[in-house]
Amino acid sequence: MSSALRKQRYLLDYTLSSLARRPGKNLGLLLVYTLIVFMLASVMLFTHALRSEAVAILQESPEIIVQRLVAGRHDLIPAHYLRKMGHIRGVLERKGRLWGYFFDPAVKANYTLMVPDEAQPAADEIEIGATIAATRGVGLGDIISLRSADNRPFSFRVSGILDADSQLVSADLILLSEATFRDFFAIPEGLYTDLVLRVRNPRELRTIAEKLILLLPDTRPILRDEVLRTYDAIFSWRQGIVFVLMAGAVLAFVIFAWDKASGLSGEERKEIGVLKALGWETADVIRMKFWEGAVVSLLAFLLGYLLAYAHVFYTSAALFEPVLKGWAVLYPEFAPIPYIDLLQIATLFIFTVFPYTVATIIPIWRAAITDPDLVMR
Amino acid sequence: MPRPAKADLFLLLLALCTLLFLATLFDAAQRRDAAAPQLARLRATVATLALSDLSLFTEARYTRHLSQADRFAAFQDHPLALEHFPSGSLLPPPSLLSEAR
Amino acid sequence: MKTIELHQVCKTFNQYQPNEFHAIRDIDLRIEPRQATVLKGPSGSGKTTLLAMIGCLSRPTSGRITLGGETLSGLPERFMTEVRRRTFGFIFQQFNLIRGLTVSENVMLPAYPLGLPRERLGRKTAELLARFDLAPKAQLKVEFLSGGEAQRTAICRALINDPEILIADEPTANLDTRLSAEFMQLAHGLVAEGRTILMTSHDPEVFDSPMIDRVVAIRDGRLEP
Repeated sequence: MSSALRKQRYLLDYTLSSLARRPGKNLGLLLVYTLIVFMLASVMLFTHALRSEAVAILQESPEIIVQRLVAGRHDLIPAHYLRKMGHIRGVLERKGRLWGYFFDPAVKANYTLMVPDEAQPAADEIEIGATIAATRGVGLGDIISLRSADNRPFSFRVSGILDADSQLVSADLILLSEATFRDFFAIPEGLYTDLVLRVRNPRELRTIAEKLILLLPDTRPILRDEVLRTYDAIFSWRQGIVFVLMAGAVLAFVIFAWDKASGLSGEERKEIGVLKALGWETADVIRMKFWEGAVVSLLAFLLGYLLAYAHVFYTSAALFEPVLKGWAVLYPEFAPIPYIDLLQIATLFIFTVFPYTVATIIPIWRAAITDPDLVMR
Repeated sequence: MPRPAKADLFLLLLALCTLLFLATLFDAAQRRDAAAPQLARLRATVATLALSDLSLFTEARYTRHLSQADRFAAFQDHPLALEHFPSGSLLPPPSLLSEAR
Repeated sequence: MKTIELHQVCKTFNQYQPNEFHAIRDIDLRIEPRQATVLKGPSGSGKTTLLAMIGCLSRPTSGRITLGGETLSGLPERFMTEVRRRTFGFIFQQFNLIRGLTVSENVMLPAYPLGLPRERLGRKTAELLARFDLAPKAQLKVEFLSGGEAQRTAICRALINDPEILIADEPTANLDTRLSAEFMQLAHGLVAEGRTILMTSHDPEVFDSPMIDRVVAIRDGRLEP
């Protein structure tokens, strides 16, 4: 080992001994610091994982959804719009979708009722999302009763429970047959909730959307890119809100850390004088202080990140569940898939480790360049 | 027997943490691979049912189907619902929703 | 072995300000190697200021200090530090041990910037501590030492880099008579080893001691004849 490296080790030795003098205070600082990194890293890891997963999954969603707007509100769309739009080059498939919401007073939950395109259940049967099954405590073959729009009771036998692994998209789904759906919501034949188009070449999407607006002026096409963008934005925003809420706590910590790191007590000032008198160069003193900042902030960063990783991916972000759940009764059980953005981690590193380290070094600069003969006075 | 130097103990701890950090990256890659079939099933569900949204927030229709929301979707549901637009966190619900009829 | 020479050395504090103060005026002095020299004088006479300048802790306002013929006073700070580390060992009046650190850590402090191999520095420290009867206290924190032990620790620390010249500021001011006598014995041993000792004192136990080779009296920043 070269003498320069050995010297760094000695300086680190000194720093650690010096930190060990106030174990309570410094451990407390490390703890709070770790906690802050933990919170920030948890939010970052969780939102990034969820966003990546959403984008990966929703790649399969329909390329174009056509909604009819009446007086600015989403309205049912007549089936003859399918004919009206005619044949548009590049559109592989077009069909009407039937879906709607239902509030279940029994568990105060909102369901999404939907008619699948293929393999529709029989008239008096439904397939339900795994979260509904868990919330209502029903299994295969059980009966669920719901009251329709005109207050008629409908009894359904549960003929299938959707794959629990797909809860993230199917938690609140109830699949039923087209005839039952129309009867239940009193939607006459010839009307759909919206239309979906499958397009061969994604580069033609814009042109197709423009044609649609010309052909069907009272509709709005929603492109898959917009869906993906929505999810990109919504998680950025939720992450942003958490950061705003945490900003107060972070600022309080910054003030505390700044005070702790930059405030140089008379004793420390004298110590620096002694070290200089004993033959330490100004640069050695600054290096020693650099280590002091680096020891605390590096350790806090690593521990905070590791805890956050365990929290998000091993406990499915248990601490965030109430926040994400909001008012919802149905909350899908899902384990986020660990997509990690190294750039994000690097940003977190820079924003947590650097300021603290700099805050420890700067005041030392002034103290360290003074003459060491203070100690003799 | 000389005591191990504090610096060495610390560097050991730091190395251990860094190793664990790297381990999380490997772990993440492995879990991603392991989750591939699940992801495929999710994608299949989305494709066959022509779904457009995650069922994460079922409290209101504009949060259940975020991408299908009206252009002025906030304030439509429960008067005390947690709004997901920033303005919703700053503004009270419209008075016509909370006043006695 | 190097001789220290001072030529027309002056030190002025707060120069060109209303509270300007001439601590040292035009001192010419030659300090011989392998001798114990005492700067004697009442408090405020400037002896500590002079000691600080000789030990490269501060610079003269004017004049020249040479060590073995080389001028020190004009050197940039880096080289001053280098010379200080290689040539001088310091024993301060308050000992200035760093609290919270153990005896052996305190002794090793001046050697840290040199980056010696750990075993070699450890061995050197252990030898010094054994020589000054501190071996059992090596892992004790310095705030638990008695006055005599603290001073012996300070001496060990001053010796760790094996300096030619030892500088001691009022070394006996915080010691009782017995410990002062003990210190003089230790100092004598160090001179016998071939080191130069330069100290300040206003304690007759020190400057009247037969162990001292030369006494230089200072008053109001000037040498007394």
